[in-house]
This record gives sequence, structure tokens and C-alpha cells, in this order.
Amino acid sequence: MNFLRKVGAVAWKDLRAEWRTREVFSAMFVFALLIIIIFNFALELRAENARVLVPGILWVAFTFSGMLGLNRSFIQEKDRGSLEGLLLCPVDRSAIYLGKMLANSALMALVAVFILPVSFVLFNLSFGALPMIVVVTALGTVGFAGVGTLFSAMAVNTRAREVMLPLLLFPVAVPLIIAAVKLTAGIMDGLPVAELARWWQLLIGFDAIFFTLSFMTFDYVIEE
Amino acid sequence: MALRKDGWLWALGLLSFVGILVAGYLALVWAPPAEGFVGEAELAQRIFYFHVPAAWTGFLAFFVTFVASVAYLWKGGRKWDILAASSAEIGLVFTTMVVVTGPIWAKPTWGVWWTWSDPKLVTAAILWLIYFGYMMLRRMVEDDARRARFAAVLGIIGFADVPIVFGAARWWGQSVAHPIVVSGGGFDVAPRMLTVLMFSLAVFTLMYIVILTLRVRAEHLADAVESLKTRE
Repeated sequence: MNFLRKVGAVAWKDLRAEWRTREVFSAMFVFALLIIIIFNFALELRAENARVLVPGILWVAFTFSGMLGLNRSFIQEKDRGSLEGLLLCPVDRSAIYLGKMLANSALMALVAVFILPVSFVLFNLSFGALPMIVVVTALGTVGFAGVGTLFSAMAVNTRAREVMLPLLLFPVAVPLIIAAVKLTAGIMDGLPVAELARWWQLLIGFDAIFFTLSFMTFDYVIEE
Repeated sequence: MALRKDGWLWALGLLSFVGILVAGYLALVWAPPAEGFVGEAELAQRIFYFHVPAAWTGFLAFFVTFVASVAYLWKGGRKWDILAASSAEIGLVFTTMVVVTGPIWAKPTWGVWWTWSDPKLVTAAILWLIYFGYMMLRRMVEDDARRARFAAVLGIIGFADVPIVFGAARWWGQSVAHPIVVSGGGFDVAPRMLTVLMFSLAVFTLMYIVILTLRVRAEHLADAVESLKTRE
């Protein structure tokens, strides 16, 4: 089996296990929806201010619900005792990281796929901006799950478990969230591509740098 | 006996203590009032002599943590872990000083305690949060070897994030309100003010080295006590 097939096998295992129960996805989706509803009332969203506030609300919904999924990613393995099994598999640790990271990204992206149209309907936004926002969401999701998967593997081995992950991940993810919110807002406002170039650079740069670092250090985190 | 053996450390410690007192005198009395500042702002401006050195020392401390973290993952060895942890702890204290003195200066000068549009403020706050998380992570992991590995990974990722946070915050907030003391053409302050700043920087750095040495030593002693306890 070559490397990519091993990565695929790990990711497929996670997604299939999730498909059997759909527990984590349901929790993430409903949580994201709740965030949108709470913000709607907390910030008194109206047609005039929706465009200003919705990008931020969307990213709070994506990242907070993503946090739920990232936490479950390793806690489930740990609780069922299947983490040892996974580590005993004749695959590189980096394949485990990549597989887990892909599964986590896919889960976050799937939540976004449902949340985006719902929020566009709820806040009366024009659907023309949707395709580009999907691209931003995909890149943001990969970046967030990239470091998130690494930190999740650490958090599961701490006394506080799921409490630890947001404390570690959010400070590090600040640049990613800034870039993603700026891009989402810029695309909704129909800003020219040149004006958004730096935010694309930041988003893609963040993804590349932290993916590389996480990929390199994952070995040390999972070592028993 | 111990005193003679640690003579140099005592001397450096004493030197940094006296140095801080002298720096206080220089900053509050000897340094000339800054041009263009009046009343409260003129007084508050003198925070600069502590604020900048604290920021520098905090950053230096986190850099040492980063280097020690890389060394730990690369070569292993408990001494690197101890160095990384001790330096992060001290860095956190100095960064706390930065984010506390900053608003005290900003209120009379800018009229607000805090502004999100200044990248240095935002970076300092995020830096504080990252290393607070670092300290928490250390407390939350039971196993020594695992704690060291996790902390080292965070020590690397956290430090790599700093320039990115700074860049992002600079693009995000259009206006840069922070005074620029060091520009391309050299130092932008009166010679006497520069003397005080340089003195203060030296003293803070010395103090960092002394505290770090003490902290590292305390940790090694704790290890020694632990191994004595488990021997019998």
C-alpha cells in the first residue's frame, strides 16, 4: 500500500465510523445553527447590518462547531481503546495525522455546506457570492483542522481533555480567522480581487506553514 | 560554601537589583521630558523605559523557549525542557507587564485604554494567551516525558505564530498608532532618553538571565530531591 492509500484508509475509517451514528455531525450542525440563532438575537441582526456581521458570525459558527468535531476525533479513539490499535497499524504516524486531518476537515466542511445556504436564506444574502465563499471556507477549514488535529491529539492526553483544545487552538488560529472573515466580508461586498489579495495570501500562507509544522511534529505528540 | 560557589550569581543578582533602582531613578528623574507631551501624558511617557524593555525581554524569553523546544525534540534531554519551561514562565511575567503598562500609557496619550487597530497591542495580547495556554498545558499533563514533548511542540507552533499574528493585525487595523522609536534612519529620541532606554534594556536583560538561572537551578534541585526520595 502506498502512502496516499494509507492516508485514505485512515480518513475513510473515521468517516465511516461517523456515518454509522452521525452523532458528531449532528451535534456540530445543530451547535452551528444555535450559534447563528443566538447571535441573531444577541446582535439584533437586521437587513442593514447583516452584511457587516454575518461573516464574523459564520466563522464563529464554523470554528466553534469545528472544535466539537476536533475534540471527538481523538477522544472517541481513546475511550474505545482503539488509539493503540491505530498506532499499531503498519503505517507511518504522518499517515495517521493526514488521515485524521482530512476526516476532520471533511466533517467541518460538511457542516459548512449545510450552514452556508441556511444562513444566506436567513439573512437574505445574494447567492452570487456563494461559490467564492465556499473556496474561502474550504481553505479556512483545512487550516483550522490542520493545527486542530495536532492540538486535539495533545488535548486528549491531558487531565482537562476537551477543555484544553480551545485554549490552545484559538490563540494560534487568530490570523486564520482574521483572514477568513475579511475574505468572506470582501466577497459579500463584491470587492475587486486585487483588494483581497493579501488576505488570500495570509489564508493560504497560514494553511501551508501550520500544516507543515503540524505534519512534522505530530510524531512527538502521538508517541507513547 | 554555597555562597562562594554561587558568587557570580549573587553578584549578578545584586547588580540587576541595584540596576533596576538606578533605572527607576533615571527614567523618572534624570530623563528629560519628551517633546510634545504635556501633563499626565508627559508623566505617562516615562513608562516607555519599562514598557519597551519588558516587551524585549518577554520576546527574548519566548525565543529562548522556542530554541530550547527545538533542541528538546531534536536531541532530547530534560535540561532543554526545564530551560523551555522556565523561560516561558518568565516571558509570561514580562508580557503581563507589557499589557498592563501599555494601557496605563495609552489612556492619557491616545485617550483610550486599548485599541484593536494597533498590531503591537494585539500581538502582545495573543502572545500572552498562547503562553498562558503553554503553562496550562504543562500543568495538565501528568507524565514527564509526554509533558515535555507536548510543551515543546506548542513552544514551536506558538512562536511561529507570532510574526503571522503581527502581520495579520497590521493589515487588519489600518492605522498604526504606536510610536516608532527605532526607524530606518536610527533612533528617533533625544540622546539622554536613548541612554536611559539602553540602560534599562541592559538591566532587564540581566535580570532575565539571573531569574532564568535561578529558575532552572530550582528545577534541577527539585529533580535531585525527587530522585533522593525514591532511592530508598
